[in-house]
Amino acid sequence: MSKAGKTPFTERALAQLTLVRFREFIREPDALFWVFVFPILLAAGLGIAFRNRPPEVLNIAATTPELARSLTGEKLLRVEQLPQAEAEEALRVGKVALVAEPGANGAVVYGYDPTNPEGRTARMLADRAVERAAGRVDPVASTDRLLEEPGSRYIDFLIPGLVGMNLMGSAMWGIGFTIVDARRKKLIKRMVATPMPRHCYLLSFILSRLFLLVVEVGVVLGFGALVFHVPVRGPFAGLAVVCVLGSMLFCSLGLLTASRVQTIEAASGLMNAVMMPMWICSGVFFSAQRFPDAVQPIIKALPLTAVIDALRASMLQGAGLAQVAPQIAVMGAWLVVCFGLALKLFRWR
Amino acid sequence: MPDSGGKAPLRVRQLRKTYKDVVAVDGLDMEVRAAECFGLLGPNGAGKTTTMEICEGLTAADSGEVELLGMHWERDAPQLRQRLGIQLQETQLSEKLTVSETLRLFRSFFQQGPDVREVIGMVQLQEKADSRVGSLSGGQKQRMALACALVGAPDFLFLDEPTTGLDPQARRQLWELIERFKLAGRTILLTTHYMDEAERLCDRVAIMDHGKVIALGTPRELIASIGAEHLVEFSSARVPDAAGLAEIDGIRDVHAENGTVRMLVAELHRAVPALLGEMARQGIPLTELRTHSATLEDVFVTLTGRHLRDE
Repeated sequence: MSKAGKTPFTERALAQLTLVRFREFIREPDALFWVFVFPILLAAGLGIAFRNRPPEVLNIAATTPELARSLTGEKLLRVEQLPQAEAEEALRVGKVALVAEPGANGAVVYGYDPTNPEGRTARMLADRAVERAAGRVDPVASTDRLLEEPGSRYIDFLIPGLVGMNLMGSAMWGIGFTIVDARRKKLIKRMVATPMPRHCYLLSFILSRLFLLVVEVGVVLGFGALVFHVPVRGPFAGLAVVCVLGSMLFCSLGLLTASRVQTIEAASGLMNAVMMPMWICSGVFFSAQRFPDAVQPIIKALPLTAVIDALRASMLQGAGLAQVAPQIAVMGAWLVVCFGLALKLFRWR
Repeated sequence: MPDSGGKAPLRVRQLRKTYKDVVAVDGLDMEVRAAECFGLLGPNGAGKTTTMEICEGLTAADSGEVELLGMHWERDAPQLRQRLGIQLQETQLSEKLTVSETLRLFRSFFQQGPDVREVIGMVQLQEKADSRVGSLSGGQKQRMALACALVGAPDFLFLDEPTTGLDPQARRQLWELIERFKLAGRTILLTTHYMDEAERLCDRVAIMDHGKVIALGTPRELIASIGAEHLVEFSSARVPDAAGLAEIDGIRDVHAENGTVRMLVAELHRAVPALLGEMARQGIPLTELRTHSATLEDVFVTLTGRHLRDE
């Protein structure tokens, strides 16, 4: 008869339900794309758009070989030697920012547009190069210290935001659509016609997500670390707790959102309505601090804000669990309230 | 079993259920005896499925009482669920899971029951055990739904239109399976709108219409209750004078509808020659003449004046 042996049957039910969720997910190629590939594309696109550019090299033209030679000493200028007429034309259409030509008595004449900042910069750089080439020695020595440290760039700000947004989006969409689909196919009704414990059905959504979470978060963090050298400074355990709790909380929110809807259209609308305020206010793409002080307490209480703040604190400032306790508390509260409500409100048919 | 000793496994008294302004079940009484296959036969909308779902504990009745295996839904739902096998109308199982994965899932909800492989054998899906549910034919899907109802070794089996939409061969195959469970001593409550299905599978049949049981008995008793063994139907160029036909000895219940005349006949060998004689007397040529033994369909038509599959 029973193969179960000593395993309590609810555990087997939960294990089977979770396994089924997991199988259903990995057998859906479209879902895999949206969960795993899409965030990478988004991060890559935004990373490129907002990358910290290397210092700009300015194009200039010189009309004699001697001038061209003396100007090549400046690394921030790219010098091209052109005949007079062509050089003037290049300046006029903006191909070069400045034209250097010999003047009377060994002087140099710089032609540029004074309203163009690039022209003015090129004028200073070119003049310095010419003077140095002619033997000028600067009386005060100077060196540069450049601000390029990982952890303070836009991409460093962005990656934790994307991890948080991805946690929310994949949990909510994945669960919402699966539930509405199962309801439409009368599968939920079929399940409650068995002795299946109802909380196991809902819990299985959360547990199956946790398997996917490792990949989901790993992909984005790995991409950020490898391509943009985004740091992960905090202790790994703390980061893991934030991600797991965050994912569970969004699963519960997804269950609650889908607890009564009957059609895909209604689910879409409702999901968007729930997530939209968080996309805007929770600081995915820009700091939530930009919103007025009056609404800050509300923003801080949003689940996505808590998740992203905790992720940023952990990854960028190296915060441990103790430092993100307030965010953890917010997440825990949402998790408990949403799951409890979902279990109460869920339409089992 | 401590409970249903000698008592009927399912007893339903004065069941009522209204959806908005539609009365789905209207004061229904019935009793399903141990180890019998009881059929609810009726057209779509007669209240069969609502009755089933109330008995299955999926829908709450407005009033009335359901006693199942000596238990009640309000008090004993978890124990009851363990002992029922339920097949719903139109459940679409997850297409991306295989047959054995799906059954393992359903099996995990029950404390006892046969091994998954055994259940697959019962419904003859061995070759499909590792195929996705989405790749099964209609008949195989219905067998799969039946398998899901059997994983808990149920004492009571609910089958809601188990063969609707299947081709004749798949239906016969499913009937054979259901007959085998009957022989194994399981109690079955089945709904159908196929009279041949009810005649073949059911020990007793309740004919339902408008939320009420309008006739109850074995298929043989029900057919006998209309007092005629045979049916005669004919088409003719003109509609004959019905009064003239009704006067023929042994002909009853003459109905004319869309150029077809239908009547109940006790003795075919006497009635048909007399009918042909009467038609010749009225000068109406016959274009078609059919006779068949009376069926449950004829019982329904006689009771309601409508066909089972009209709506």
